[in-house]
Amino acid sequence: MESLPAGAAPAPRNQIVVGATLGAVAMTMLTGAMLAIWAVKRSATIEAGQNWLPSGVTIPEVPTNVMLIAFPALCSFAQWAVWSSKRDDKANTVFALGSTAFVALLIVNAQAFVYTQMNVGVSDGEYGSMFFAITGTFLALMVVGLLFTAVAAFRYLAGRTLDRQILIAHAIFWYAMTAVYTALWYLVYVTK
Amino acid sequence: MTTIDSNPDVVGDSAIGRVLAANVDWLTSSDHKKIGRLFIGAGLLAMLGTVVVNLLIAFERIDGATAALDSDSWTQLVGSQRIGLIFGIALPLTAGLAIAVTPLQLGARALAFPRLAASGLYLWLGGFVLSVFSLVNNGGFGGGDANMVDLFLASLGLMALGFTAVGVSLVTSVLTTRAPGMTMRRVPFFAFSSFVYGLGLVLVMPVLFGAAIYLFVDHRSGAREAFSGNQGIATWIGWMFTQPTSFLFAIPALGVFAELLPTSFRKRTPMRGIVFAGLGLVGVSALAAVTQQARFDVPWRGSQLFIADGEDFGSKLGDVAPWALFHLLPIVGAGVLFLMMLFLAKPSKDESGTTIKPNITGGFVFALFGFMMVLVGMHGSAIEPITDLELAGTVFGEASLVYVTYGAALGILGGIAHWAPKLWGGTLDIKKLAPLALLGVLGTVLASFPHYIAGFLNQPGGLVYSDSDLAIWNILVLVGHGLVLLTVLAFVGLLAQMAFSSSEDGVDDPFDGHTIEWATTSPAPAGNFIDVPTVGSAEPLLDLKTANDSGSAS
Repeated sequence: MESLPAGAAPAPRNQIVVGATLGAVAMTMLTGAMLAIWAVKRSATIEAGQNWLPSGVTIPEVPTNVMLIAFPALCSFAQWAVWSSKRDDKANTVFALGSTAFVALLIVNAQAFVYTQMNVGVSDGEYGSMFFAITGTFLALMVVGLLFTAVAAFRYLAGRTLDRQILIAHAIFWYAMTAVYTALWYLVYVTK
Repeated sequence: MTTIDSNPDVVGDSAIGRVLAANVDWLTSSDHKKIGRLFIGAGLLAMLGTVVVNLLIAFERIDGATAALDSDSWTQLVGSQRIGLIFGIALPLTAGLAIAVTPLQLGARALAFPRLAASGLYLWLGGFVLSVFSLVNNGGFGGGDANMVDLFLASLGLMALGFTAVGVSLVTSVLTTRAPGMTMRRVPFFAFSSFVYGLGLVLVMPVLFGAAIYLFVDHRSGAREAFSGNQGIATWIGWMFTQPTSFLFAIPALGVFAELLPTSFRKRTPMRGIVFAGLGLVGVSALAAVTQQARFDVPWRGSQLFIADGEDFGSKLGDVAPWALFHLLPIVGAGVLFLMMLFLAKPSKDESGTTIKPNITGGFVFALFGFMMVLVGMHGSAIEPITDLELAGTVFGEASLVYVTYGAALGILGGIAHWAPKLWGGTLDIKKLAPLALLGVLGTVLASFPHYIAGFLNQPGGLVYSDSDLAIWNILVLVGHGLVLLTVLAFVGLLAQMAFSSSEDGVDDPFDGHTIEWATTSPAPAGNFIDVPTVGSAEPLLDLKTANDSGSAS
């Protein structure tokens, strides 16, 4: 057997960050595909001379706009956690992660409030089933994000304070979620 | 020993204990070689099942006037065929080989996120079993049992999630675990094809998952207005089970072919960037899936550049552009590999003036035939959308899909044979492999080409046809699927014989390899390499051999 010279141990190459970026791409493709189908269906309904938004259904704009405003705050907190962990500031890192989780919970709560205010059910025709499919997917991604925040916080609290890649990956996830919600907000809640 | 460690004495007490321990070790392993081999093993079993389904369909079609099956059963059978060809053959076999071999080629000790890849395996396996169960119980495309249709949609979602996980793992591996000195331009061709394939999975599988969510919610909730219930499944996710999306799943098979070219012709590949570009062009097919369209029809009107009175050049170009992008660019990509083969096969002499003799292995014969079949399938899929030929709705499209998937399977069988020393520690005999490859290619041609002809003769894609002259083509297709079944059975037999053989005949570098994986022992140990090797070129092992030869000559 030919023997190649042994090299030095490879430098770390941000594996978790690359993985999280690919996960964010997959997430964007998922919601992008769903929004594209939404747009096709909406366009076909309107071209047929019908209303896309069923009569009697109103979209509560205040909570949907507040959710949009909350996302930049969420990203700021996630980035704050990265910034403070690089400075070995444990108190600020934990506080930033806690704030991230808190704002994420507020967004989940706001989405639940939207459901109660909209007066539409999942079996209420074309709009109902599609609305719950797309916003339900968004909610599921929010829950994944909350779990991610919890895992990042527990790892940090357990003493893995030098393992900063997971915090960067965590921030990437929330940046991608901001893009996802912005597109969803415009297509589902603004153009109606 | 900690309190949670298993006690080897207890495990070793009985034969059953040892077997259970070995099985648990395999099923929970994070070793990429074991995960890849589990994928390949399950994929080969699924392939056998799919070929049997194809045999049933072909048998039904022999007599076009009468049908033994009712229309519902026919729908489930065709659904099973499509699920089997994509999720039973193409995807698990390509994913399995990519997972098993890519880290070895990169000089990595492990796959990135190995447990994510293992989750992908089990999500696919669970989803595939559930999809078969739902199809058997009147679920699937246009299924009559509502619960089974829901189960079918959920199983598609599971499989889509599984292959997304596999894609993330593969791409991250290529980007982050390469050996020192291995730049992206020095990545071996098969590893690069895994990279393109993985990226395609990350882009395409979430789109399938999103469509499946809509269909599931619409169907499960009882609304069934947005997507026409069970009848809408084929409309909204049919793109997954046809061309050009299927080209994406053949990319690792093309990578095997590209990888074996320089080894077989004992030359370095010139202009490696062109081969990378070729593999990337085939990856353009992923974009067709992203558009979620099953067909990219193009009106030809006798000759394409003919523009009749009143026809607008812009609208004509709009018709042609998507077809050219998604059907012709992949052909250009595969064509690059074909030209590279011709270039490398040209007889030449080494520095001492001796004619270089090719080293044709059984793996290369399989890979070459697989490549040719995929290429023929690509040409068929480019012809089918030309509306003037009236091939839509005929068996032509099915033939093209069978060409691509069986071709991809042949290519992957070639890869399995080539890297068997690293994965199992043994070598498959070329005297048995070469005839088997011939049988496989003959079977693939017979299973597909007669339906190209029948398509031009307007045989519809369903079960019944009126023209009795078409029967001969369907008999040939039956024979073809039978030969493919024999090929796969014989290959599995050869593989099992080698894997369970007690003799340790593993040669570390039996094919005079050029790339880094041939520098480790056969079979490759856990962790792949004792020391992480340094790479100074795209063919590091060939460099070393050349240097050693020069040294011994002087």
